[in-house]
Amino acid sequence: MIDLAQTPVVQMRGISKAFGPVVANSKVDLELYPGEILSLLGENGSGKTTLMNMLSGIYFPDEGQILVNGEEVTIASPRDAFALRIGMIHQHFKLVDVFTAAENIVLGLEGSTMLDRKQVAARVRLICEKYGFDVDPDQKVYNMSVSQKQTLEIVKVLYRGTDILILDEPTAVLTPQETEKLFKVLKNMKADGKSVVIITHKLHEVMEVADRVAVLRKGEYIGEVRTADTDPQELTNMMVGRSVSLNIQRPEPENPTPRLVVEHLSVKDSEGVMAVKDVSFTANSGEVLGIAGISGCGQKELLEAIAGLQTAEPGSSVVYLGENGEKAQLVGLSARQVRAKGVALSFVPEDRLGMGLVGDMGIPDNMMLRSYSEGKGPFVRRKGPRKLAAQVVKQLEVVTPGLETPVRKLSGGNVQKILLGREIAAAPHVLMTAYAVRGLDINSSYAIYDLVNQQKQQGCAVIFVGEDLDVLLELCDRILVLCSGQVNGILDGRTATKEQVGLLMTNLHSKEGGAEHE
Amino acid sequence: MSNFISLWQAAITFGTVILFGALGELITQKSGNLNLGTPGIVYLGGIGSLAGAFFYENAVEHPSAVVGVIVALICAMLASALGGLIYSFLTITLRANQNVTGLTLTIFGSGVANFFGGSLNKLAGGVGQISVATTSSGFRAVTPLSNLGLPGKLLFSYGFLTYVAIALAVLAAVFFNRTRMGLNLRAVGESPATADATGISVTRYKYGATCVGAAITGLGGVFYTMNYIKGTWANDGTMESLGWLALALVIFASWKSLNVIWGSYLFGILYWLYFYIGGLSRYSQELFKMLPYVVTIVVLVVSSMRQKKENTGPAALGLSYFREER
Repeated sequence: MIDLAQTPVVQMRGISKAFGPVVANSKVDLELYPGEILSLLGENGSGKTTLMNMLSGIYFPDEGQILVNGEEVTIASPRDAFALRIGMIHQHFKLVDVFTAAENIVLGLEGSTMLDRKQVAARVRLICEKYGFDVDPDQKVYNMSVSQKQTLEIVKVLYRGTDILILDEPTAVLTPQETEKLFKVLKNMKADGKSVVIITHKLHEVMEVADRVAVLRKGEYIGEVRTADTDPQELTNMMVGRSVSLNIQRPEPENPTPRLVVEHLSVKDSEGVMAVKDVSFTANSGEVLGIAGISGCGQKELLEAIAGLQTAEPGSSVVYLGENGEKAQLVGLSARQVRAKGVALSFVPEDRLGMGLVGDMGIPDNMMLRSYSEGKGPFVRRKGPRKLAAQVVKQLEVVTPGLETPVRKLSGGNVQKILLGREIAAAPHVLMTAYAVRGLDINSSYAIYDLVNQQKQQGCAVIFVGEDLDVLLELCDRILVLCSGQVNGILDGRTATKEQVGLLMTNLHSKEGGAEHE
Repeated sequence: MSNFISLWQAAITFGTVILFGALGELITQKSGNLNLGTPGIVYLGGIGSLAGAFFYENAVEHPSAVVGVIVALICAMLASALGGLIYSFLTITLRANQNVTGLTLTIFGSGVANFFGGSLNKLAGGVGQISVATTSSGFRAVTPLSNLGLPGKLLFSYGFLTYVAIALAVLAAVFFNRTRMGLNLRAVGESPATADATGISVTRYKYGATCVGAAITGLGGVFYTMNYIKGTWANDGTMESLGWLALALVIFASWKSLNVIWGSYLFGILYWLYFYIGGLSRYSQELFKMLPYVVTIVVLVVSSMRQKKENTGPAALGLSYFREER
């Protein structure tokens, strides 16, 4: 166990930072000890990343002191942070795509004028052996998987000689297996005497890997606890500031009937590579069908093909079965025609605003993106969209200074509520939503799950593409697992285990648990 | 045969102007700055060299060619680097739009150059009177190798700047691919946030690359003024069109400095081709003058179809970088 009597490697005292009128951190204190894994826990916008960015030299604190090994220091740039042996791995990887692994590693380092690539490669291999990494120094970054990129980031930091490693939401993009591998590496580093800070809002990860937890809420320091002395419920209460139920509801499907029958659907991506291969499944009314898979294995293309945004290959069939028994082939229809049938898609991309909403427009104008073609004459009608906007804001408790405030100024949770609210307002029969809770804090996430369940109970067929396996397992009635664009199994959400899904996500046609059972 | 030789020589002459322009712009763009002010900077280089040489030759009784050349080069590089500095200050420090700033610089450069060109003409005693013969002869001096018959004419009949241009392009290739600084500079152009996080000073690299790039671009103006129009001033707009060709060449060469070498001579040939094809009317001549641009468009189409990441421009080209943005 950590000896709290020894000198902390890092002490942050009374740190404050504001961006214009927005206060990101207010008088935060934090201590980090050698040989420990500290988890920095907090909701979105609670200032976790900002705080750590000040330790790694990206931002400069407005007030407060930072002490490293007991001495007060000024960290004005990332270079200063490296000199103090502090290294940070950002949520959005800071890698140059067209460079090789080795080139990314030596970037910005001092040394001889000419670059000796062989010598670098040799040193990289040495580090990899020590901690059990798998990095090819000559591989280009754009050929790497997400997990490989993350490994490269860690190697890059270690190459610079780091004793304090900060990871910002490192598991957001990893499969359970990859997460486990990462945690093993972190424990190796801890055993090596290094200190690790891991920023996260996933409680089970905190419990698994951290020695101590520090909690931030709305930019303020709430407190710290030893992991051994706490439980997820207490941590949630600290994080949110009040008691929150941690259970996701899963009402029993009522009278499920097939609504969308997908058969042999294949889609090529923009580079001509098969992104979706021969996918067949049925989505039932009153049911949530989850789609699991590591990022970029065909989820986006699959949904877009159904929504008419991508061209399906010949031989594909997507049949929509209406409530009154009408049948319609969706392949070949335009996106607007598909929408008219009652099939809605809300896709939350990584930057949250890229698809579906225009950041600089207010809420009514964003509502109008779906209805501008209605009515006659060359002029748009604003009345309807404005009414709808007011209704969405009221029903979904969107926090906004006013309807006409540009949506990019709202927080991620509110933006996502507006996006989903607009799609739901059209009373769809099939609701497809991808990454609806991407980057959301616990409160907002649960609001979104409630919305999904409401639609389900109203008899809508919901297709829910998610990243967090725990959520998929709690929310969905059935889970379809995609692996490199193919259906690698459809599991019952009530009986499937995380390991089963994780295995299906990574190993195509693995025998174990791969049988289709519905 | 003599037609071919003269086309070749004309192509090398204009090609060298384009080579300097494109090489400077390439270095600038590697830092993520898209400087559309290249034509203006070529002008600044030209007028800088002419003014420097003119005042030097008027100030001493027996001007020496070597000193004239040095003065002209220093003045030209200072003038054009100043153009790069204006661009850097506006786009990097004030984060003005790069395209607008670049286009403004082109208008500014040609305006300033033609204003002072006219003034120098007047000082020299009237239009067409200005001539810095001594300095120009220094720029145009050739080695005895040029007397070696055909190879001499094809390869050695040019002023020293022709060879400097090639050497600089080769050096730039070594710089980008083999040195730490080159790697850092490329990272700034590809992903400034990444470079910043590794401790590279993005601002310093951008300023440096843009000013050094502009100084090299300005040498194109020197070559045009001193070698092609032999130390006089002409405001017929050729320098500007060569500047635009230099910009096109950066894309044509897929941002590789070794490709810039042969690409510039190819552009030189394409530029002059109309002159050596018999029986062209004034109008069909204009069609042939389009050739370099047509070739650039074709290259753009082909390279975007192949989608090889290494052949596209720096990923952050044209974007301002601001660290505390969120």
